[in-house]
Amino acid sequence: MTAGDILLSVKNISLSFGGVQALSDISGDIRSGEIRAIIGPNGAGKSSMLNVINGFYHPQQGEVWFCGEKRGALKPFEIARQGIARTFQNIALFKGMSTLDNIMTGRITRMRANLFQQALWKGKAEREEIEHRERVEHIIDFLEIQSIRKTPVGKLPYGLQKRVELGRALAADAKLLLLDEPMAGMNLEEKEDMCRFIIDVNAQFGATIALIEHDMGVVMDLADRVMVLDYGRKIADDVPEVVRNDQTVIDAYLGVVHETADDSNAAVES
Amino acid sequence: MTKPGDSSGPARADVAPAAAPAPATAPAAADTFPKLLLDNAAQLARRPALREKQFGIWQAWTWAQMKDEIFAFAAGLRGIDFAARDKLAVIGGNRPRMYWGMTAAQCLRGIPVPVYQDSVAAEMAFILSHAEARFVLAEDQEQVDKVLEVAAQLPHVEGIIVDDMRGLRGYDKAMPAGKSLHDFAEVQQRGREALAHDPRLLEASIADASGGDVAIFLYTSGTTGRPKGVVLTHDNIIITSRNAGVRDGLTADEETLSYLPLAWVGDNIFSCGQAYTSGFCINCPESEHTVAQDLREIGPTYYFAPPRIFENLLTTVMIRMEDAGRIKRALFHYFLEVARRSGARILNREPVAAWERFKYQLGDALIYAPLKNTMGFSRIRLAYTAGEAIGPEIFDFYRALGINIKQLYGQTEAAVFITMQPDREVTADSVGVPAPDVEVKVADDGEVMYRGPGVFQGYHKNEDETRKTKTADGWVKTGDAGIFDARGHLKIIDRARDVGRLQGGGMFAPKYLENKLKFFPHIKEAVTFGDARDYVAAFINIDLDAVGNWAERNDIAFASYQELAAHAQVYGMIARHIEQVNRDLAADERLRNSQIKRFLILHKELDPDDGELTRTRKVRRATIVDKYAKLIDALYSDATHCHIRTEVTFEDGRSGAIEADLEIRDLQTFPAPADASASTVNAVNGGVS
Repeated sequence: MTAGDILLSVKNISLSFGGVQALSDISGDIRSGEIRAIIGPNGAGKSSMLNVINGFYHPQQGEVWFCGEKRGALKPFEIARQGIARTFQNIALFKGMSTLDNIMTGRITRMRANLFQQALWKGKAEREEIEHRERVEHIIDFLEIQSIRKTPVGKLPYGLQKRVELGRALAADAKLLLLDEPMAGMNLEEKEDMCRFIIDVNAQFGATIALIEHDMGVVMDLADRVMVLDYGRKIADDVPEVVRNDQTVIDAYLGVVHETADDSNAAVES
Repeated sequence: MTKPGDSSGPARADVAPAAAPAPATAPAAADTFPKLLLDNAAQLARRPALREKQFGIWQAWTWAQMKDEIFAFAAGLRGIDFAARDKLAVIGGNRPRMYWGMTAAQCLRGIPVPVYQDSVAAEMAFILSHAEARFVLAEDQEQVDKVLEVAAQLPHVEGIIVDDMRGLRGYDKAMPAGKSLHDFAEVQQRGREALAHDPRLLEASIADASGGDVAIFLYTSGTTGRPKGVVLTHDNIIITSRNAGVRDGLTADEETLSYLPLAWVGDNIFSCGQAYTSGFCINCPESEHTVAQDLREIGPTYYFAPPRIFENLLTTVMIRMEDAGRIKRALFHYFLEVARRSGARILNREPVAAWERFKYQLGDALIYAPLKNTMGFSRIRLAYTAGEAIGPEIFDFYRALGINIKQLYGQTEAAVFITMQPDREVTADSVGVPAPDVEVKVADDGEVMYRGPGVFQGYHKNEDETRKTKTADGWVKTGDAGIFDARGHLKIIDRARDVGRLQGGGMFAPKYLENKLKFFPHIKEAVTFGDARDYVAAFINIDLDAVGNWAERNDIAFASYQELAAHAQVYGMIARHIEQVNRDLAADERLRNSQIKRFLILHKELDPDDGELTRTRKVRRATIVDKYAKLIDALYSDATHCHIRTEVTFEDGRSGAIEADLEIRDLQTFPAPADASASTVNAVNGGVS
């Protein structure tokens, strides 16, 4: 697959939980090699969208195509193995394990040695471990976290935990990297560092990145294309310059027309 | 390819240094760094020259491999038109390629100019344009960005060579006119090809160079005014490094950690000068944040650190011991006491009772050895500290543990070594005897001067300053005031321009007194007055943590800094400390009159936000004299109390005022001790070797 080809596309996705319509009729795509952002106010359906993309949620209507194939219902490990890695809004690391071990777990789907070989740590298991460790060390070097290699992640400050989580996602050598609010709760300096890492990951590893972000300013600088959700609907999908000047987006963010949910829906529909 | 005047003219095969590698019996005749590199590559071919921790593993280069790396880069540099006398600015951390770049430039008879990696773009612009650097070796994108930010001010810069190309995609197309960007690896690769084509490519320029050639420009940071470019020759650095190495018995077996700034003369001497002359291995830490960890893994035998680092390490140890279990803590304090009594004396090979010696051995097994291992000092044979005064407590702590820490006195202008402490003559308050071949004298006005093989050639393009600093017959003024003690050891007292005189005669050296006071953990900051006054008086700032802790243990209740500072018992304790200093001063003929007669404890901490300290926490004397004039007047009156109202800035930016009625206390002063017959020596010390 070359840069610019469509890596993943969603077609007419609708997702509801009981009476709550989380996503309504959303279509869009992610192209290989791009940084794709999904933004929207709180409760707009961003995380639901991400969960649909990585197959955790199964939408009631619509299709997900990945690498040119229509995707059926998958078990979580099958999703991981198909080449989509993600980070979480509320950091989901193994707090008692070291940075190194946490990132090593990102390689788990790539390990081929069987349980017996692993237990004896002979032959294939040993070769594999060295191979994976080398890959992980490159990631540690890349993210500049050498000094915390052996530190249990539970002891680390928030910004560094986020970086470790990015490392673990990178270790999976995924075709598509999903970042759920990578900069939430960070101070300005940490945000700038994280931006730099995301750009470098994209440039150096050639990774395709889809990220959700609250902070519009950050997204506009980072992303190649931006999809804007509001109340489960797609209200814009274009390059940052266009999205930034889109009146619907401005209204959605400033809440100009949202007096009540019903009103806003009406406003968007009109 | 080559410019007129390039040294790569007719190849002089007859003196090709490649033919030089004789067996290890050859005398150390190499007079330039490239020649030393060739010697080491031949004689120490398979011994490690440099290690770097990368991807979690220490990678090593032998001297032979390092020579290949350096030569390949030098040939590559030549390929991009780097010529003799061109300057190569080197901007980055302690990375192998930064060190290699410096020697590679010297292979082409060029001049490396290391620049502090944390300098801002404007400072960098000054040095790069002042040195007229044609090429820049930058570590990474951060440094490249800084150079490009000021590119308009750098007409001389033609090429930027980058070690780590990460994040620089597309930069080569966006370079300003007349400047190009190169990947270090590519330059080196082209150099390798050129060398494969013509293995003798570099021979002529290496052979033509001699010890008198300029080896490096080192810009001094300069607390006042613009940085000055100190010009040092190969002879300056090599002879000085070799002399000091011989005196300290350095061998090719030493291990050192290279973690101090490249642009600082200290790193240049320890990581380049002495590493090349003694042939030992330097180790580059994985990153600046992993230095402590890497230090433990390497376990250097030869180590240098400014006093601040030793202080911080000791504080960390003490705090961690407070959290240890009761038995461990008791053992620690018991054996620390044993070490204090006999550790330094055992290190000095003085006679020590067998029972004490036994207890020390036991302490070593139980406490000292594990502690030293934690600090990464297990294998230290020799450690140096310099740069500023080190607290005697701190200094003695390390020596008591059996770590041979010594002091030296140096300057960039001297290629570091002016004086150094010989083994077994180590004290906290002196900086030792003159280094080999160095003459040191104290001028009539008290200023320390020196002359020797390391004396710099001049400040680059700054004749005025050169003339002010260096006399026609080669003596260099240090700008520091000092005295020789009875044993011929130099004591540095203060910056010469801060030294004043008391009305009744006698020298007044404020920083010397303040340092002595600050060595007490309870005293955080001190400001002394005395120039053109009848006696010396002091402002004291207590250390809230240390004194707060002391107050807790002595059942003293307090609610604020101000309350604690005004407490009678705190005054009593501080007075005892100052009287201890007075007692020490009484023993010194020149400083006897500097005993502190009156003091007060300030009601607030001196603070950079209020302009009383610089951001690096140095006292702004003029501001304090101005702001607290009323208190100073009271110190020189009979008053026992003084009312003061001070404007303060709170941390959130609001400002307010605090008022206090400060107590002023008189202190006891002491006459000269009866046995003070040993007067201080003030003579020229010849080259002791």
